[in-house]
Amino acid sequence: MSTIAVTLGTDRARRLRAALTVLLAAAVAVGAPFYFAPFQVFQLTMVLLYAVALAGLNLLVGFGGQISLGHGAFFAAGAYTSAVMLDRYDTGHLATLPVAAAGCFLLGLALGVPALRLRGLYLALVTLSLAVFLPPLLKRLEPVTGGSMGLIVDKPQPPAWSGLAEDQWTYFVVLAVTAVALLLARNLLRSRVGRALRAVRDDESAAEVMGVRLSLHKTLAFAWSAMFAGVAGCLYTWVIGFVSPDSFSFVLSVTLLAGLVVGGLASLYGPLLGAAFVTYVPSVSQDLSEAAPGVVFGLLIIAVMFVAPTGLAGLPGRVPVAVARRLSDVAARRPSGVSAVLHRTPPAASAPGPESPSRPGTRASEPLTPADPETVGAPPRTEKE
Amino acid sequence: MSAVTDLLQQVVEGLGSGAVYASLALALVLIHRFTGIVNFAQGELAMLSTYVAWQLVASGMPFWLALPVTLAVSFAGGMLVERIVIRPVQGAPELTVVIVTVGLFIFVNALAGLIWSFTVKDFPRQFPDGGLDLAGVRVDWSTLGILGVVAVVMGLLYLLFQHTSSGLVMRAVACNPSSARLSGIRVGRVLMLGWGLAATVGAVSGVLVAPVLFLEPNMMGGVLIYAFAAATLGGFDSPVGAVVGGLIVGVAETLTGAYVDVIGADLKVGVPLMIILAVLLVRPQGLFGRAAVVRA
Repeated sequence: MSTIAVTLGTDRARRLRAALTVLLAAAVAVGAPFYFAPFQVFQLTMVLLYAVALAGLNLLVGFGGQISLGHGAFFAAGAYTSAVMLDRYDTGHLATLPVAAAGCFLLGLALGVPALRLRGLYLALVTLSLAVFLPPLLKRLEPVTGGSMGLIVDKPQPPAWSGLAEDQWTYFVVLAVTAVALLLARNLLRSRVGRALRAVRDDESAAEVMGVRLSLHKTLAFAWSAMFAGVAGCLYTWVIGFVSPDSFSFVLSVTLLAGLVVGGLASLYGPLLGAAFVTYVPSVSQDLSEAAPGVVFGLLIIAVMFVAPTGLAGLPGRVPVAVARRLSDVAARRPSGVSAVLHRTPPAASAPGPESPSRPGTRASEPLTPADPETVGAPPRTEKE
Repeated sequence: MSAVTDLLQQVVEGLGSGAVYASLALALVLIHRFTGIVNFAQGELAMLSTYVAWQLVASGMPFWLALPVTLAVSFAGGMLVERIVIRPVQGAPELTVVIVTVGLFIFVNALAGLIWSFTVKDFPRQFPDGGLDLAGVRVDWSTLGILGVVAVVMGLLYLLFQHTSSGLVMRAVACNPSSARLSGIRVGRVLMLGWGLAATVGAVSGVLVAPVLFLEPNMMGGVLIYAFAAATLGGFDSPVGAVVGGLIVGVAETLTGAYVDVIGADLKVGVPLMIILAVLLVRPQGLFGRAAVVRA
């Protein structure tokens, strides 16, 4: 009885804490545009819209275990859908959002069908070539897209009753869409679809045996994630008021992936952290050199995959555990000098030989698969050296 | 010039660019055979090698001396990359490995920009201007040279794999790493060798293509897409397929660019996308590949 009561109690406490966190975050988010300067508000707006794209990418990469190197293409498709509708048909901003979302969903569905027939690798190839192909295509469709000159469109104007400046109004509009999108992503992951996706990621055969239709769910995940990228692109058009093919080069796709990995794969907060990362790191490091953001992105991606595959979002959970483990290791080693000498392995054997599976690799696989059979079952290979 | 010679002319030029795609595709296939990894950074490594060659030539070394030095540096570099970047994630899920190679891609690209800046550099032409005139079809020495170099690379790889003991060891590792390890082969070293070889073959493609595209950090991005299409078409586990695929992709690209008005020169980069999609729909294992059969 008492354990149940305790569980209920902690559960209620946890829920209360979560509600408080959400309230606090909402208060900060609503208050921010009144506190910061217009440029900072603009940067925050960009963080929010990137977060939508990253949340979509997270569905595919983090929860679906597939990889897309071309989400910039869907981002661009959404941005251009919105820009063309505003430019040619003068539809008003809100009307462009569902069209961009639906269009990108269908595009994702169409591309996902051939790409997902085989392993996820081919999805990476198809999306990569799509991302490279799109800018010249946009330039070619000049009558509609404005060619290399791009399109300049109106930003959403604040209604008179609000008394807000343009950047503040845009911020609130984007905030609202982002909140809905993130909520949608969260609910999607907690639904049948999300559970099926995770099952497929962790073990395809087992998932299939449980009745999950593999290809359907992989393709749907890709379509959903393309839709989120399209929504983010649509917001981008609203915020910037200008689209051109060169804004959506392959670099954008790679940046999105970098942001997601650094922010944290398969985490609900990862996309927000990653979005902040892709917004602020270039603006800080660009002062050093044109190439600096790339160097930072590249090194961080590799470093994150080696040592902290859960990214920034996972650090609060990982660091205390790692520190505790290290401390207990030290404590265990300290006391007896004799046994320490006896148990010290000879340096030749302890050095990781070229054939021994080295530790970072198993650590990298930790959150995605339960255990690496190679390292569990394999005998120590050092004596062969 | 008649329509037929015009067509043949385009085919010859397509073969020339196809040979470059073939060599990069060959590098991709080598690594895929050995490690099951598709190395998204292959093109960037080739670009880096090309910069090494450029630097050597710019500091006064004759090209034909700089080339072997570059190839040796690339070989060592490829082995280092395997040891430092890839080995730690060997055996990790495919997603992890792909992300790491993408990180390597971004890093190497930016590194080249950091060292050599993003301005375009003129790369020395290795082959004399002019060419042969075969019944109205003009074959440049450079086209012949590129085809020749790729043929030589293919031949050397064939000899290495089929007629040397280290080649046998490498095939054993590619075929079954665990059994190879049990029979006393140092699998790790062989994998390093494989990456070194791939980097060398990639370097050849970079050096061949640099005079045409001009040298800059993003030079190999486009080539990589064509190489992926070539490897997909030929089959990711078939070196012969990579070469045949590369040539087909090169010819298809030139012909569509020249004869299909809707596509034209600017949209040629859509051709690899179409090829990849078509192959995946019709024959996913590629022309020369074997369909993977997995016991669930």
